Amino acid sequence: MIPELGHFALILAVPVSLFAGVLALLGAHGNDPRWIALARPGARLIAFLLTLAYAALTYAFAVNDFSVRYVAEHSNSLLPLPYRIAAVWGGHEGSLLLWALMLAWWACAVSFFSGRLAPAMRARVLGTLALVAFGFLLFILCTSNPFLRLLPAAPEGRDLNPLLQDPGLIIHPPLLYMGYVGFSIAYAFAVAALLAGRLDAAWARWSRPWTTMAWVFLTLGIVMGSWWAYCELGWGGWWFWDPVENASFMPWLVGTALIHSLAVTEKRGSFRNWTVLLAISTFSLSLLGTFLVRSGVLTSVHAFAADPARGIFILVFLAIVAGASLLLFVWRAPRVGLGGRFALFSRESLLLANNVLLVVAASTVLLGTLYPLLIDALGQGKISVGPPYFNTVFVPIMLPLLFLIGLGPFVRWKRDDWREIIRVPGGLLLLAIFIATLLVGLKGSPAIRIDRVLLLPFLVVFSLTLALWIAFAAFFHLFRQAKAGRGAGGRVAAFIRQPLHFWGMHLAHLGVAVFVAGVAIVGGYAEEKDVKMAPGDTVTLAGHSFRFLGVREVEGPNYTALRGDMEVRQGARLLRHLYPEKRFYRSSAMPMTEAAIDAGFWRDLYVSLGEPIDRANPAGEWAVRVYEKPLIGWIWAGCLLMAAGGFLAALDRRYRKRLPAAASAPLPPSSDPA
Amino acid sequence: MKGTCLFPRLAIAFLFAGLLAMPLARAQSEAKPLAENPEVEARLQEISAELRCLVCQNETIAASNADLANDLRREIRAMILAGRTDREITDFMVTRYGDFILYRPRFTGKTLLLWLGPFLFLVIGAFALRGVLKRQRPADAPLSEAETQRLARLLGETPRSSAATTQGTPDA
Repeated sequence: MIPELGHFALILAVPVSLFAGVLALLGAHGNDPRWIALARPGARLIAFLLTLAYAALTYAFAVNDFSVRYVAEHSNSLLPLPYRIAAVWGGHEGSLLLWALMLAWWACAVSFFSGRLAPAMRARVLGTLALVAFGFLLFILCTSNPFLRLLPAAPEGRDLNPLLQDPGLIIHPPLLYMGYVGFSIAYAFAVAALLAGRLDAAWARWSRPWTTMAWVFLTLGIVMGSWWAYCELGWGGWWFWDPVENASFMPWLVGTALIHSLAVTEKRGSFRNWTVLLAISTFSLSLLGTFLVRSGVLTSVHAFAADPARGIFILVFLAIVAGASLLLFVWRAPRVGLGGRFALFSRESLLLANNVLLVVAASTVLLGTLYPLLIDALGQGKISVGPPYFNTVFVPIMLPLLFLIGLGPFVRWKRDDWREIIRVPGGLLLLAIFIATLLVGLKGSPAIRIDRVLLLPFLVVFSLTLALWIAFAAFFHLFRQAKAGRGAGGRVAAFIRQPLHFWGMHLAHLGVAVFVAGVAIVGGYAEEKDVKMAPGDTVTLAGHSFRFLGVREVEGPNYTALRGDMEVRQGARLLRHLYPEKRFYRSSAMPMTEAAIDAGFWRDLYVSLGEPIDRANPAGEWAVRVYEKPLIGWIWAGCLLMAAGGFLAALDRRYRKRLPAAASAPLPPSSDPA
Repeated sequence: MKGTCLFPRLAIAFLFAGLLAMPLARAQSEAKPLAENPEVEARLQEISAELRCLVCQNETIAASNADLANDLRREIRAMILAGRTDREITDFMVTRYGDFILYRPRFTGKTLLLWLGPFLFLVIGAFALRGVLKRQRPADAPLSEAETQRLARLLGETPRSSAATTQGTPDA
């Protein structure tokens, strides 16, 4: 009964979103206040209906209702309750419902926090969002309905994929979707601006906090995924250039370009049509990511061709969303114009260069991800494009970008003279080069394990230099502001009084520095040993000794594990015990690796259990991998700093302040010829 | 993902049965590396990190625990010991398994666009950037005629001759 209620709410949401979307857009076009007024209740009604549908599905999981096919396929009565609730998005249908739910919530949030928006503009934004929701809901109902019954009911469910039974991976998809879907707000604002033929600083100010929040969620989602892979995949990598990872990385790159471009549009009124284009691209890439992951096209073009309904639907949807908005862009962009002017050397021009590099990087990832599909579709056989390719082509694009991060904040808006400002950043750069060289010199040249990368020591010094230089620059700006601050409370108070967006920007840039330092040091100095260990054996790595005490059988709620016991000593001092596991989930034949990690500020110790050398004798020797990974935690810490920076920036007071009436009044549409 | 290509259920049963026979920890001794010869192992690592495990979803032969990957590692080790070059070893793998096994696609007609693409993007981006920057005029260019008039209106003055004020503007 309850699942039917959810099903009904889902079905009802389809016409509601269609009517809400069409009426709001028509109302805004014809300037009919009655129809415009429908936009807000419409958005809230969609959110209500989808919340109902989602709650019904969650209920079916909670009470183990295996007469619902989706529940039977993705849950099991042995599964602990928190995982049962998370299992709602453990499969295709449910994750799409979550996607739609988040879209509805974002739109609902816009309906509540858009008091400052002109009603017609708000109707355009909410109308666009309602139409996107309509497309998605139609997709769910036609091809991926989670509420279909299975009669007679299955006696027991098939269980959630063991890979997903991990706290890291379980919050990974919702965060990722919050990011993907959040960019729909930027998209809707862009479409609304194009429809209205009006795009000004006020527009950028409205759409900026939303976009930044979406970016924060996407960043967190990607970090969770990376951290999960590190813990679960058992060989200590943190990024694999897997197509699924790339699918989330592309919108992140373009989204990063977008938040910077929006900053220029808000502060300087420049880059207007470029910002709109980026907003459209970011959301389109989010949809493309969903398509790639959900259609099965990644495993094989033929898998896709065998069951094309879902793939074709998303592809058509993507074509409509991207195509229609791009047409609208071509038609309207000349009216919008690029906006305010700037000199060859100015913060604007540097930010434009940053945008170009980010878009080139995203295009490269797109090319590498789609190329094998293309070759396969053309009947040219199967090829693989993997980490060696991406590392080779991606890193050279990123290095100049890192250089720009350090330089940008030194340069004034509009125009600047490089001869005047060169002294401080130049000095900091020299200092960074000196310290990076010194550090690498002291630590010793990194081991060259891959002779194809003869550049490795050079690359480590180079990346470290850039990391240091970004960090120095960020600290320099923070302290200069504090020094310049006068007034009540002295310098410390002045320091704290800085607007949040200032803190946010420098915190995020500092995050990039921390991230790059981590990547460089792990890349250059990680140590690993692949050993055979019998109980009692010891392996020594980077000043730590690991003594293998054997393997024990351990019972989990729905799995049995072989748990190794590894005594870790630093010198003679006992550090701790690490317990790497090999888990066997009852419902599937897949053994899972659970690495044991001693995480630290300066290094992680990482132990993962391979296989017993003689499979009939798990009490004997095991293949064991031990790693010492210096600064690897900095990789995720850096990303978290970036997200925290974005969060602070989105909270800045000026987004909450009521604008004086004059500022939100329409500016004359681009008085300057583009 | 990991695991799809590990040992089957029967072996699992064996594993747990075998645990019963667990001896007490022996006297301490340094563990033997899986490899007898670290140099060979380093080269093995290097070569197998660029080859794809064919039975796993997306893992390198270096990382995979699948039987096939184990076998291939053994074969590569043997070929290294037999004195073959890296190129000969990867050639062997390609003849046996096709281009799909290479994570770093070779530069051929088929992959021309793949390898040149990023460079092409960069060139296009640079040209686009140059185009935009060139079209930008000096930032404090004089006001356009419309702006001058608006300014004058705001200041409550009569507009001056527009010719004098727009002189510096190349193309209004």
